[in-house]
Amino acid sequence: MKFGIVVFPGSWSERDMHYAVADVLGYEAEYVWHGETSVNDFDAILLPGGFSYGDHLRCGAIAAHSPVMSAVKDFANGGGFVFGSCNGFQVLCESGLLPGALIRNDHLEFRCAPGRLRVESSRTVFTAQYVEGDVVSMPISHGEGNYQADDETLAMLESDGRVIFRYVDGENNPTADANPNGSRNNIAGITNDGGNVLGMMPHPERACEGLLGSVDGNPLWQSIAAAVDSGKS
Amino acid sequence: MIAVAPIAQDLLDEVALSRAEYEAIVDRLGREPNELEIGLFGALWSEHCGYKHTKALLRMLPNTSERLLVAPGAENAGVVDIGDGYAVAFKIESHNHPSAVEPYEGAATGVGGIVRDILAMGARPMALMNSLRFGPPTDERQRYLLNGVISGISGYGNCIGVPNVGGEVVFDSSYAGNPLVNAMCVGIIEGGKVMSARADAAGDLLVLVGAKTGRDGIHGASGLASRTFQEQAEMRSAVQVGNPFLEKVLIEACLEAIQLPGVVGMQDCGAAGITSAAVEMAERSELGINIDVAKVPRRETEMSPYEVMLSESQERMLLAVKPGHEGALFELFEKWDLDAAIIGSFEDGGNVVVRDDGEQVSSTPVVTLTDAPEYRFNSPKPNWLEKLQNRDFSNLPDLETTPNEALLRLLASPNIVSKHTVWRQYDHQVQNNTVIAPGGDAALLRIQGTERALAVTTDGNGRIVYLNPRVGAAIAVAEACRNLSCVGAEPVALTDGLNFGDPETPDIQYQLQEAIAGISEAASAFNIPVVSGNASLYNESAGSAVQPTPIIGALGVLENVESHARSAFQDDGDAVIVIGTDSPWDTFDGLAGSEALAVLHGAIAGQPKLDLDLEVRVQGLCRSLIGRELLKSAHDISHGGLAVAIVESAVQGNTGVTIEHDDPFTDWLPALFGESQSRIVITCSADDADTILTTAADSQVPATKIGTVGGDAIRVGDLIDVSLTDAADAWLNGFGRVTTN
Repeated sequence: MKFGIVVFPGSWSERDMHYAVADVLGYEAEYVWHGETSVNDFDAILLPGGFSYGDHLRCGAIAAHSPVMSAVKDFANGGGFVFGSCNGFQVLCESGLLPGALIRNDHLEFRCAPGRLRVESSRTVFTAQYVEGDVVSMPISHGEGNYQADDETLAMLESDGRVIFRYVDGENNPTADANPNGSRNNIAGITNDGGNVLGMMPHPERACEGLLGSVDGNPLWQSIAAAVDSGKS
Repeated sequence: MIAVAPIAQDLLDEVALSRAEYEAIVDRLGREPNELEIGLFGALWSEHCGYKHTKALLRMLPNTSERLLVAPGAENAGVVDIGDGYAVAFKIESHNHPSAVEPYEGAATGVGGIVRDILAMGARPMALMNSLRFGPPTDERQRYLLNGVISGISGYGNCIGVPNVGGEVVFDSSYAGNPLVNAMCVGIIEGGKVMSARADAAGDLLVLVGAKTGRDGIHGASGLASRTFQEQAEMRSAVQVGNPFLEKVLIEACLEAIQLPGVVGMQDCGAAGITSAAVEMAERSELGINIDVAKVPRRETEMSPYEVMLSESQERMLLAVKPGHEGALFELFEKWDLDAAIIGSFEDGGNVVVRDDGEQVSSTPVVTLTDAPEYRFNSPKPNWLEKLQNRDFSNLPDLETTPNEALLRLLASPNIVSKHTVWRQYDHQVQNNTVIAPGGDAALLRIQGTERALAVTTDGNGRIVYLNPRVGAAIAVAEACRNLSCVGAEPVALTDGLNFGDPETPDIQYQLQEAIAGISEAASAFNIPVVSGNASLYNESAGSAVQPTPIIGALGVLENVESHARSAFQDDGDAVIVIGTDSPWDTFDGLAGSEALAVLHGAIAGQPKLDLDLEVRVQGLCRSLIGRELLKSAHDISHGGLAVAIVESAVQGNTGVTIEHDDPFTDWLPALFGESQSRIVITCSADDADTILTTAADSQVPATKIGTVGGDAIRVGDLIDVSLTDAADAWLNGFGRVTTN
């Protein structure tokens, strides 16, 4: 199992992702520079949080046109597993690998806080090791995590079971109070049509050790690794 | 003495040099300086770069420690050994005047500047903190400054991937015209490779890397930072504009660059830009330096040598590189899409020679440029202070309020209310090390690959320092260390941000000399050095100075990260013990400079007190109990006294608490809300209470069991009975109500 962690100028979660998958869980992981033109050596590609290229123009917009993202698109279109969180989610939307867009938080502030998420589907390669309906804790840290899509897209995401994580309150309901950024339907993470690309705003790599407050991010990497292993066997 | 032609006053004013200083320059040069040289001297002899009024006083500070790897003042930041082959560089710096003029950019570039100071030591920045002071938040302009500063810190800090783990936000009317924005950065060095900001030998190349140079920030050091300012808007061009994306890329590129062979020195371009950075490098290297301004990459056209030398454009670093090694360096910076240009070289001879496309435009000895005058003073205690200190609190007017109402009012008052709505705008978790996030007594960051953790905090109480500069500054040190001890960490080093008014006036001189003496006394009592710092003087507006505000940044080491304590109460039935005192109730002395006195009586008066011997023992006991894993929580008693401390712990732990004690007291105001020092509220399981009381007695620390955790209310004898919900609402939501009215 070898993770490739993409590094754009301005990324800042790549080291945390490396720590979570390699130091904590013991998988192989390597950084992939944004100028690379192939990612085929890897079993899964991770797009980190941060401010790629300063997020000039729009969050993730310039990264979407980087050489490495051409390679990541080919990789994803060939069925490869691609995961992006925070800025990585923004890059996936800007690249067209995921529908919709992430705009400024409705309260106009950056928000760093614990995130309370309900696992809406465990029938994905990214969440197979979670129990559907379980509530997990993963931090959020973003200024532009407000997920928006048109009604038709939203209805499709919901009916196809592609909403994977949703922000919920203390009673596990997706209320307005539980919504940290104004996302439609309290959406925290979605997959693509093929189920091999997941984007989410919260940071599973920050929920990797009890000492830091949560280990709820680890099953996500373990799910990917299990899916890769079963594909190989 | 050389005959001096009268130089125009406005030329001197532009760079904030006095006529006497100008005459000294002429005398030492043996000629009149040209326009460029006036700019160079103005910058290097500024208060900001030259420490004219503080140099002599700062020598009093303790500067030795077994852990010390880089001595204070020798480099961009002090460095201490924290064990396991790791070292830590840390420093606090002010950006007060720029933030007063342009709050967003002023605060943002304050963060950027302190990060580069830490980077220059070869350290990866791993934590930021901010200590902020404003006028009353009920005032619209103050809210504009507050929101601008917080947005600037958030906008810049969140982009560079360094967690911002908290700090302080404090309000007092003395800061209304001159807010304080102090930023602290902590960086970690693995494997002992500490960088130095010096060249190795004559012939080494001077390489400027990072952003291009523009006209922003000219006269930042001499003008904005080194005199009182009247017409703020006119100085706006002296505030730099930051680009955090470039900073983030610069951090990564520089950390890679120092691994290259031949890269021997690194220095940040901060106040006074290339001038200060290059001359400081030359001075440390005991060499001269040759700079050709035509080689400096620019983003504006037709810049004069004066403008290039004094520009404070952000996100730039200077490197000293052995000739022949520049090729690999250029390749590295090209990979990161950053400029790198050889702008000069280190030379024998000891002169700073500036050229413009080969043509010499200035040559001055390094030693003359760096030999800023040193002003010494010994000013008497002002008469007005005596009166304030001797205020008798036993005859305060009766309050038309109950203890319950007083508590709720204090909880929602600007200096006590929870600032979580501020901290949640800062990314405090990136880098995956944050064990205790903002809101605890100190932030706690583990060091990956070790069992250790670092604790960091900033503290300063202008009101207390105003009432007694020596004791107040010592209290700032004691409280900073106490906060470290409350999470279980041993204090190992300090950094100080000195924020004072006009040092040319006797009252401010008295504050400065006494406060630095107080820091020195307290640091000596804890046996820790002050490894770095910054002096920001002339913090005045309309002739009125800010409260003297030394901000102490403190660094602590925790050997075993698992053995730490938090401030939140934990379990029903846990015993509540106060250590450092025999009685839960404070006395009238504790009202000196307290929030209760300010909020409920509108007064700032009294004589603050501190027993350093007791303080050291109390903290040692607290750390030892945490290390033995006997404690469920520990929380320092500070603003708002015992009553506020227990509410904070109760709300954080989402549980009530009952304090019952029959020790008599004379008046509920000091008893509940007094702020006497050296007191910590700890909790433990009921079974351990006796062990703890015995241990305290053995350590000569007074300690008293005062109550029990549990229930859904805060109850203190028959004085206070407030529901947890009401207390939480006042403390957690009060700030939003103050700042949005």
